[in-house]
Order: sequence, then C-alpha cells, then structure tokens
Amino acid sequence: MAAITGRKTAGVLGEKLGMTQVFDEDNRMVPVTVVKAGPCVVTRVRTPEADGYSAVQIGYGQVDPRKVNKPLGDYLRKHGITPRRFFVELRTDDASEYTIGQEISADIFEAGSYVDVTGKSKGKGTAGVMKRHGFRGLGASHGTQRKHRSPGSIGGCATPGRVFKGLRMAGRMGNVRKTVQSLKVHSVDLEKGLILIKGAVPGANGSLLLIRTAVKKGAK
Amino acid sequence: MHTQIQELEKSSMRTDVPDFRPGDTLKVHVRVVEGNRSRVQVFQGFVLRRQGGGIRETFTVRKVSYGVGVERTFPVHSPVIEKIEVVTRGDVRRAKLYYMRELRGKAARIREKREALPAAK
Repeated sequence: MAAITGRKTAGVLGEKLGMTQVFDEDNRMVPVTVVKAGPCVVTRVRTPEADGYSAVQIGYGQVDPRKVNKPLGDYLRKHGITPRRFFVELRTDDASEYTIGQEISADIFEAGSYVDVTGKSKGKGTAGVMKRHGFRGLGASHGTQRKHRSPGSIGGCATPGRVFKGLRMAGRMGNVRKTVQSLKVHSVDLEKGLILIKGAVPGANGSLLLIRTAVKKGAK
Repeated sequence: MHTQIQELEKSSMRTDVPDFRPGDTLKVHVRVVEGNRSRVQVFQGFVLRRQGGGIRETFTVRKVSYGVGVERTFPVHSPVIEKIEVVTRGDVRRAKLYYMRELRGKAARIREKREALPAAK
C-alpha cells in the first residue's frame, strides 16, 4: 500500500450496546447504534525513524494483570499503564502528536462527522447461497422439484472440465471482520462516553468495535 | 436492552402523554411546517392500535374524511405532536381494531365507556 501523505486517522475502540431510535432537530426519527467508546489509552507511538511507518497503538478494556504475559506487562508497567485487553494500531501521519499514556475517548468525534466502523459480524453458521450471496434460487413452480434454494449450474462440462476457483457456494457465513464505511455520527455524549451512530454496525451487542474517521468522506 | 440505552430513551420520552387505549377518540394536535412557518393541525379520530414499546411506541388514528378512510400513525413520543386530547373513551374488546376498516355508517360506531362502571376486564 502506498503511503498516503497527510492522512490523519483518529480512532477509538468501544463496545456496541445496541440500537434505538432518536428524534433529530427536524423531528424525524433516526435509527442509531449506541456505542460505548473508550476510554482508550495510547500504548505506543510508531515513528518512521524507529519503525519505518507512522502509527499510534491504542489499548482498550480491562484484563486481569496476572493474565498478561511478561513482555507486554512489563512494557506497559514501564510506562505506567494498566493492562488492556484489546490493542489496535492506527496508521496516521500525525502520530507524533500523541504521547504514550494519553487518554482517548469519545470526544475525538463530533456530531455530523463521518466514521468507519469495524467489528466482527454475527456468525450465521453454514448458510446456503441465497442467504450467503444473495442468489435468487430456482423457480417456485414451473416443475422445480426440491431445488428451490439451490444455486443452479456451477459451470460447464468437458470444457473446462472443472469448477472455477472462487465460485460462490454455500458455506460458513458471518463471524468475520467487517467494516461499514461513511456512517454519520448523530451525537456524542461526552459524560457517558457514548457515540450515537446513524445506522447499523457489524456484530452482536456487547462486541468490540473500532471507530475511525471515515476514509472516503474526508474531514467533514 | 442495555440500561444505558433505556436511560437514553427515557431522556427523550415525553411525560405529557395522556393515558389512552385503542377505541378512544383523540384529538391529535400536529405541528405542520409549511415553508418557514409552522401551524398546528388537529387530526381527530379513534385509536386503531398501539404498538411497540419505549421510545419506539406508535399509535394509529383512523378517521373517515369525506367518505374516505384516513389512517395516520404517530410515534407516541414524537416532538411533532403538540398535544393529545382524549375526547371519549371507547368500550372495545380488542387491542387492534382492524375490523373497523370493514365497517361503514352505523355499524362503524364505538360504544362509549360508561364512567360509572369500572373497567370490567
């Protein structure tokens, strides 16, 4: 990936609490996801001189200090940071503006800005092609027998004599890392550390989310 | 539902909503914005249903206007509603009065609840 110059990515880890509806200033109903964001802590700053790239590492969540391994635990103790459960690195060109131990909370976002939200989608188990890939299945009638949800043909016969790689078929669905881009921040509650994001985000309630400034919507 | 979401919902819920049930006749005062001025419009009819819970709760009011049935669904806690007036209490035996859509004229009346008798349900 080519280095993007001047890109500033701010991000925070949080927990998805669930969805609800709120009224906006025009009295319209807005579906929102409530995210408990942070508090996160800066655990490491990557610089081009030392690491070859510029990034900031943040940690979030609680963990029993006894369960943290020696290298990580000692590193955090050296900087006076309590152990965290989750860590993530954000590539950003303004990494030098962060200092180790700095707190990051919901206040990095403001109402009206756009964010990308990453989470682990709900697992659906083994799913057929209609659910997994949105195939239309076969006809409900016209002589279709016990094949209503099947994919139909998966390729030719003697030519090419095989099934092409990457052909979409039934299989495990969900439980993968997904990002939803360009979601609008409806409002931010600084006291409670809540971010209200318009629309749905991946994952079950209570799951870990990474909220970053939107890649495609710029710094609006 | 998470308690913090419940708190959030509670903070935007209205406290001035009167107690009403399906079958009651209401006057719903609705704020209508036309261009840059707003006025209040009254929608009067009986409550066809109430559904949902918390901030999501909605109710549907039905009236017959110039021979055409009109149904309007409002969120109970919508800021669009200026106020809700209960005109009469209806005596009905169902929570959803969809059967009223089929009825016309004299049959499409709802018995008024006798205040002297306590609700015998």
